[in-house]
Amino acid sequence: MKAAVIVFPASNCDRDAATALEYFTGTKPAMVWHGESDVPDVDLIVLPGGFSYGDYLRCGAMAAHSRIMRDIKKKADEGVAVLGICNGFQILAESGLLPGTLLRNADLKFVCRPVNLVVEESQSAFTRKYSTGDHVRFPVAHGEGNYFADDETLKRLEGEGRVAFRYANGDNPNGSIRNIAGILNEKRNVLGMMPHPERVCDAMLGGTDGRPLFESLVEALT
Amino acid sequence: MKARVFVTLKNGVLDPQGKAIGNALHNLGFASVGDVRQGKVIEIELGESDSTRAKAQLKDMCEKLLANTVIEKYEIELR
Repeated sequence: MKAAVIVFPASNCDRDAATALEYFTGTKPAMVWHGESDVPDVDLIVLPGGFSYGDYLRCGAMAAHSRIMRDIKKKADEGVAVLGICNGFQILAESGLLPGTLLRNADLKFVCRPVNLVVEESQSAFTRKYSTGDHVRFPVAHGEGNYFADDETLKRLEGEGRVAFRYANGDNPNGSIRNIAGILNEKRNVLGMMPHPERVCDAMLGGTDGRPLFESLVEALT
Repeated sequence: MKARVFVTLKNGVLDPQGKAIGNALHNLGFASVGDVRQGKVIEIELGESDSTRAKAQLKDMCEKLLANTVIEKYEIELR
């Protein structure tokens, strides 16, 4: 599996993502600056966490219109896997690659702690090494992770099995509607999620629950 | 030509910042304050003299970038 990590001004989880990808693929991913016009030929594009463009206007709004996004949209349409983590999810929502949006956390606080999640959907390139119903623990670190979409969109997401991760009951850190933590696009090749799987790939850093996500991708895309 | 664009949350979208401002106003003794909603104002200078064309451009700007129409609505004022 060949991977690329997109680097925006004020991305800050790009190297975490790169380290995790290198661990699972054996090769360093391509690091692609947002001002480039093309992503190299890869199987997986990662939009990392951070505070691209200082969260100006709305989180992810500026990054969603940066030059590299044109090629990412094209490649996503062609079926290339795209994973957006945290700010990456916000960028995917702003760019229209995923429905809905991420609002300010309901209690207005930046939340930085591990949360309990339920894997809702193992039928995807991102989650096939999990079983539906698995409980996992990933860290979150965001001020704007409160997922919101209109009723019609929610009905579609639920009906089509596109809610990939949900916060466990009683552990919703941001007020997300229906405890939604991560969603897939219609073709199931784009996943956006607020929690950070790349931060739980090494026991020394507090957990390994994120490993199956990367192992899923390696298995599906190699 | 100068324009002002007002971007506010749609009705029904939770506005925790507006709520916090409302609570703070109550704490300051403004007992008559009801619902408070917060938004933003964007001032734009436009090199355009025709107001119909200016409005069309501004609407396009709002749809593409200035507002996220999933949750926000916008109003355009020309001056």
